[in-house]
Amino acid sequence: MKKLINAPADVLAEALLGVEAAHPDLRVDHQNRVIFRGDAPRAGKVGLVSGGGSGHEPLHGGFVGPGMLDAAACGEVFTSPVPDQILAATRGVDGGAGVLHIVKNYTGDVMNFEMAAELADTEVVAVVTDDDVAVQDSLYTVGRRGVGVTVLVEKIAGAAAESGRSLSEVADVARKVNAQGRSMGLALTSCTVPAAGSPTFDLPEDQIEVGIGIHGEPGRTRVPLAPASEMAQMLVDPILDDHEFTGGDGVLAFVNGMGGSPLIELYLMYHEVNRLLGKAGITVARSLVGSYITSLDMAGCSVTLLKLDDELLRLWDAPVRTSALRWGA
Amino acid sequence: MSAVVDAGAIRSWLGLFAEEVGSHVDLLTQLDAAIGDADHGTNLDRGMKAVSGALATADAEPGVLLKTTGMTLVSTVGGASGPLYGTFFLRMAGSASDADSLDPDAFAAALRAGLEGVVARGRAQAGDKTMFDALAPACDALDEALASGATFDDALRAASVAADAGRDATTPMLARKGRASYLGERSVGHQDPGATSAALLVATAARALSTGASP
Repeated sequence: MKKLINAPADVLAEALLGVEAAHPDLRVDHQNRVIFRGDAPRAGKVGLVSGGGSGHEPLHGGFVGPGMLDAAACGEVFTSPVPDQILAATRGVDGGAGVLHIVKNYTGDVMNFEMAAELADTEVVAVVTDDDVAVQDSLYTVGRRGVGVTVLVEKIAGAAAESGRSLSEVADVARKVNAQGRSMGLALTSCTVPAAGSPTFDLPEDQIEVGIGIHGEPGRTRVPLAPASEMAQMLVDPILDDHEFTGGDGVLAFVNGMGGSPLIELYLMYHEVNRLLGKAGITVARSLVGSYITSLDMAGCSVTLLKLDDELLRLWDAPVRTSALRWGA
Repeated sequence: MSAVVDAGAIRSWLGLFAEEVGSHVDLLTQLDAAIGDADHGTNLDRGMKAVSGALATADAEPGVLLKTTGMTLVSTVGGASGPLYGTFFLRMAGSASDADSLDPDAFAAALRAGLEGVVARGRAQAGDKTMFDALAPACDALDEALASGATFDDALRAASVAADAGRDATTPMLARKGRASYLGERSVGHQDPGATSAALLVATAARALSTGASP
């Protein structure tokens, strides 16, 4: 597999050098592998820290900046950051109003963030995202994975923190976004982890994996490749079966690329998704189309729906200035 | 009855475990690729190499060596294995406290404390298809053998046999923890990588701590 890299072991460290060079308004702690907004910590503002394994870019480092995250802790590719990194991020954004951890629901991420929170000398509240309807949720499993909704939580909670809300208020709005959001994804190809050098799973040319996560793990089922209209249905149906999206102030519809699918295909998929939502009587009030939470070079996409209300609409529309999301600022 | 686990014994155990992890990197990673995310071997190897480095300069009693091991693993492994193995050794260290050496019962108690740390951190139960399924039978076998008057060597061997059996028993299990649980039924038929490395940990304890050669 061809990649734009030097040595596989240096991918993360060298990418962080690029982030620092490209974005002078960010500060990069290379020892701890944490990306900070340049003016962190902001006195009196709730600090927002997220992080996770690398390979999902722009998540999370691309969402550091005014109106979104204060810091992102970057683990090795597909490997949770360790508590030392998360602790460094937490200390670096603590402006005296407490720190919110936004954690995707993966065993490793949850444990490492938990250990960091236990070591932190400031008030920390964690919100765990778990929006992936492909995973069966029960008392006997680790629950659903955190995927697309994480981007929306970071934007909306970021706006809430920027407007001066308290830690518990910011945590509440983050939990509300997670509770009202659902996602489902599919893969046309596997992805190739730089250190491994070969695809994580074999997927024949005429097959797709439905119900994938963001780490190249296999999905819920493998089915024959189908037209986009049918693939859109495979993603939208399980989401609508899982949660009520009609009424209220409409939804935010988010079609996300997994890293290896061109934007033209994502817009084509958005058209299909939008058509299906219209047929189901669901009003789309906001949209997001692009590759925002990826799985390296995997081809495919995910759909996330978020049920909106007046508060979430206002916070979504609020100014944001990060390398990957930027409007009104 | 002079079997004791002193700092030298702890060092040889951890050194041997680091070696065994190093020579099983591919196996652990392949097992993880089948039901997880293909990094267990490389992550644990990175961590145990760091432990070897940290212990090379540490000159202290067993508790301090175990604590250094735990802290190093937490800081270098990542994923779920880092917090789980890290907590295991940190709790062992807590149990060993500042003793110069551990007698067989004290070592068994420390191992049990480590297991309880794994449970507290990972909330795993028997049959979830995790490292617990190799460690818990090992602790039980060690306790039972010592209670029935077996020598430390025989008790350690019994623990290793139990850990291997526990590891093998994970193959038909349906995963209920970690990334493997996302696969549901598709996790059945694969040996758990965490139980595999945990069985190596117990096997190396049996080899390194047995008093066979010494009086």
